[in-house]
Amino acid sequence: MGWVGDQIDSLRSMNVRQLLTQTISLGMIITSALIIWKVQQCVTGSESPVVVVLSESMEPGFQRGDILFLRMSKDPIRSGEIVVFNIDGREIPIVHRVIKVHERQDTGEVDVLTKGDNNPGDDRLLYARGQLWLHRQHIMGRAVGFLPYVGWVTILMTEKPIIKYVLIGSLGLLMIASKE
Amino acid sequence: MHSFAYRANALLTFSLTVLSLICAMASVSDNFNSPFPTSQGQVPNINWFQKKPDGDDEVSLTLNVSANLQSLFTWNTKQVFVFLAAEYETPKNAINQLSLWDGIIPSEEHAIFGIHKLISIGLSIKSGNNLRDKDFNLTLHWHAMPKTGKMSADKIVMTGFRLPYTYR
Repeated sequence: MGWVGDQIDSLRSMNVRQLLTQTISLGMIITSALIIWKVQQCVTGSESPVVVVLSESMEPGFQRGDILFLRMSKDPIRSGEIVVFNIDGREIPIVHRVIKVHERQDTGEVDVLTKGDNNPGDDRLLYARGQLWLHRQHIMGRAVGFLPYVGWVTILMTEKPIIKYVLIGSLGLLMIASKE
Repeated sequence: MHSFAYRANALLTFSLTVLSLICAMASVSDNFNSPFPTSQGQVPNINWFQKKPDGDDEVSLTLNVSANLQSLFTWNTKQVFVFLAAEYETPKNAINQLSLWDGIIPSEEHAIFGIHKLISIGLSIKSGNNLRDKDFNLTLHWHAMPKTGKMSADKIVMTGFRLPYTYR
């Protein structure tokens, strides 16, 4: 309780100029984080260069909570690649392996079928109603590297949003209350 | 300056930096490994090959593939995902790839293996319904997944297989 009292005292003793400086430095930190994220998107060519594995459909290779680094290039999609794709109507991207490819001679368009390593059957059940194949526009990127366990932070924050609010709230309070 | 929060923050930043450095080094160490995997395949028998009334083709064949992937494993390898794909060309499609078999090799001891299987494939209209006398390749693909870092994938192409000219 004494700690909270101290913080409130320090809040009261601040003048306008200090408050403005604090706000601007907070804004700078947020903006530079955003810049780094956007540059990542440009460099890897994919809309979300890092995804977290949410399901167990690729075990034992990818466990829940792993982070995957993605890259999208104009190279043709071939079987065996691990791709991340979006289905119309589902907001969460899915990470599975390509098992069938049919590529047209003339246009170079591809029909792709995917399957999770740990799933008994292919992904047709997951695709939109009436959709039998994935096309290039559904695919967000190929997985090229991975880090284990780091994604648990994101999973925790999504599944228990109260943690997210507590974290951001206390960070905000710390920023305002510290004088450096 | 020496408060608990300051020290905890410094400790956290330091440990995160060191951890990410170690992960990067582990990934780089994989580059020093030069693998030399081998594999052979035969199709000793085509059991049947029919054209279905709706235009699809069905073929059943026996596969006999043996491979040695031991040299792919390093200390940073978690598992190797391996699968056998058949590749062929049709007038409509430049390339068609189908996965016939897949498996997971969890460690180096299991990396010498053989596949002896009877596979039945129904090939849909998408792949063109004229597969008589068609050449196809059997390609052994593998995907080495590390404990941390960069994944690598490669393949061995075994050519020279052919579907028969007549349905039987």
